[in-house]
Amino acid sequence: MPLQSRHLLGLEGVSRDDIQLVLDTATNFREVLERPIKKVPTLQGKTIVNLFFESSTRTRISFELAERRLSADVVNFSVAGSSVAKGETLKDTARNIEAMKIDMVVVRHSSPGAALFLSRVMNANIINAGDGTHEHPTQALLDMYTIREKFGKLEGLNVCIVGDISHSRVALSNIYGMQTMGANVSVCGPTTLIPKDIKKLGVKVYHNIDDAIRDADILNVLRIQLERQDRSFLPSTREYHNYFGITKERLSKSKKPITIMHPGPINRDVEISADVADGEQSVILQQVLNGVAVRMAVLYLLGTGN
Amino acid sequence: MKILVKNARIIEPSENIDQVADILIVDGIIEKIAPKIAASGNVQEYVLDGKIVAPGFIDMHVHLREPGYEHKETIETGLDAAAAGGFTAVCCMPNTNPPIDDASVVKFIREKSEKTLNGLVDVYPVAAATKHREGKELSPMIELVEAGAVAFSDDGSPIENPEIMRRALEYSNMLGKIIIQHPEDRSLARGGMMNEGLVSTSLGLPPIPSIAEEIMIDRDIQIAKYVGASYHAAHISTAGSVEIIRQAKKKNLPVTCEVTPHHFTLTDEAVRTFDTNTKMNPPLRTKADVDAIKEGLRDGTIDVIASDHAPHSFDEKEVEFLEAPFGIVGLETAVGLAITELVIPKILSINQLIEKFSINPRKILSLPSVKIKVGEKTNFTILDIQKQWKVDAQKFKSKSKNTPFDGRTLIGKCFAIINNGRVHFSD
Ligand SMILES: [Zn+2]
Repeated sequence: MPLQSRHLLGLEGVSRDDIQLVLDTATNFREVLERPIKKVPTLQGKTIVNLFFESSTRTRISFELAERRLSADVVNFSVAGSSVAKGETLKDTARNIEAMKIDMVVVRHSSPGAALFLSRVMNANIINAGDGTHEHPTQALLDMYTIREKFGKLEGLNVCIVGDISHSRVALSNIYGMQTMGANVSVCGPTTLIPKDIKKLGVKVYHNIDDAIRDADILNVLRIQLERQDRSFLPSTREYHNYFGITKERLSKSKKPITIMHPGPINRDVEISADVADGEQSVILQQVLNGVAVRMAVLYLLGTGN
Repeated sequence: MKILVKNARIIEPSENIDQVADILIVDGIIEKIAPKIAASGNVQEYVLDGKIVAPGFIDMHVHLREPGYEHKETIETGLDAAAAGGFTAVCCMPNTNPPIDDASVVKFIREKSEKTLNGLVDVYPVAAATKHREGKELSPMIELVEAGAVAFSDDGSPIENPEIMRRALEYSNMLGKIIIQHPEDRSLARGGMMNEGLVSTSLGLPPIPSIAEEIMIDRDIQIAKYVGASYHAAHISTAGSVEIIRQAKKKNLPVTCEVTPHHFTLTDEAVRTFDTNTKMNPPLRTKADVDAIKEGLRDGTIDVIASDHAPHSFDEKEVEFLEAPFGIVGLETAVGLAITELVIPKILSINQLIEKFSINPRKILSLPSVKIKVGEKTNFTILDIQKQWKVDAQKFKSKSKNTPFDGRTLIGKCFAIINNGRVHFSD
């Protein structure tokens, strides 16, 4: 059964069946990754461009690894090292890539809607690897995979996303995807980092981390972006750490063990203390491994679906 | 030259006239209005079958883009669009390059527009309130008025500094001219791309809060009240702005405002498509704001409908949302949207529509009034309020086609305009 869409632009509006299909398919690829020879010929002959307008080494490497393990031909196209930096429009870039007979495009861009834009001007399958502060669907899929791996389900679990929700590309995809799968999603952070009207998305809002910890099964801890300080969202990262940072002490107040996730890269001792990040409740490294399997699943389903 | 307009429904709200009659025009002057006028001699005759003849419409907020941005629009294409849309006059905004902060630019625009379509559409330049529209020093307002400027604005940018706003209001008031503010607190709106609310949160687009507009209007009213000068808020878009102006009017303060057709037609839900033709400043707001704007139009809080016609070439808009320029064209859809969204649902009567498109803006700008009366100059907008039509951007006279209304079916359209002795049909 193929996915309902030719593209993966976001998780808003993606059906439960489709998410289920990606997660189930990822299970097969996860098994491939345990083999001595971690490569399958599934996408042989397909050419995939990783089109990165923002640097994101870990996302790009994860996609690239997934693509190579599916035997696709891979071209990396980063703004820093190409002509794109100077003046060329996104549409012209898209047309140039299309002219090279590319089958799939993985795009990371600072503008919300950029992946959708490409899907309108190109014939290739488009995979959104993060469009500004909008969506990052493969990250949410790998988060869901990781939760499902640990809990055997998503339904009924309390997942709290902690940190800078306003400027995150992960939060919305998490909310859309996990709600579709039946999880209860909440957010926690200082008021200045919680976007307006987010409650209308059916999300509970906490401004007190201890309350959030009390209710949660899983904390998905987001990176606090130091570079946004000029806009006065936070007095200081030290204050953030003291009042919102995830520490062993805070977690110890909870009656049940809480699973800790983080999309990376981690600011140790800002949003999360080092001992928690490396502790036994942390599934951060599993997330990284699962990311490759989930991206293989997405590439496979889109690459062979049409 | 004689023109005979037959079977016209003449609506002249300022004289309380709504009657079907014939109009005889001789050399651009209304010679006779009577139930039946027989054609005699060499006369051009137009039978209107009850179409509405109204005092000529003026769009007091248009970006003609010339000089400087002729790839978006020229005076010629802009006025062609105005005529097609039903406007016998436009006010053009000063954010050109060079800006309209010097008498020579005012003269250039006036001379060029007088040559366009044989002077069919009157052009009233709005000059910059400050030099280079930088908000630092007053523009040479007296020289600008002598050259033909009718009002002052830094539109595209707000006049941010309260002291400069005070001085601009004082100085322009001395000349009998108003300040038109683009009401936006830039520190609150910084980096914003759309209205702040559920939709901006759902799309991850940087938000523009409604208070960015409201705070500026509130502040400006305080200054205008303090110095006793007339103030006009351009393109208001929020329920809060409507209420602030309603309260100011209750206190008889000399405050007026305008709204664009897109702000009473669309909500921020339209942005979910990421269509860059839904990106404008001020941004599309919520349903509650649209409802408040309609109520403000109905109860007279909002004086004027103006298009904020903001042409951008197709390649400028065919980019990612963050990169796209703000604004849409509006001259050729304004009247149709107003009839469809306001007159048909009975929010405004035809009389009120005519007030907001013709009478009020001329009053606010102290322009010569336009009347359908024997002895007056002919300046008519002729409307077919029953005509159902489909917006086709490719057929726009405007050089730019950036509209979110392409393909939309509207009811009501301009049939023709008559101005400066010329008859011009829309289709
Ligand atoms: Zn403006």
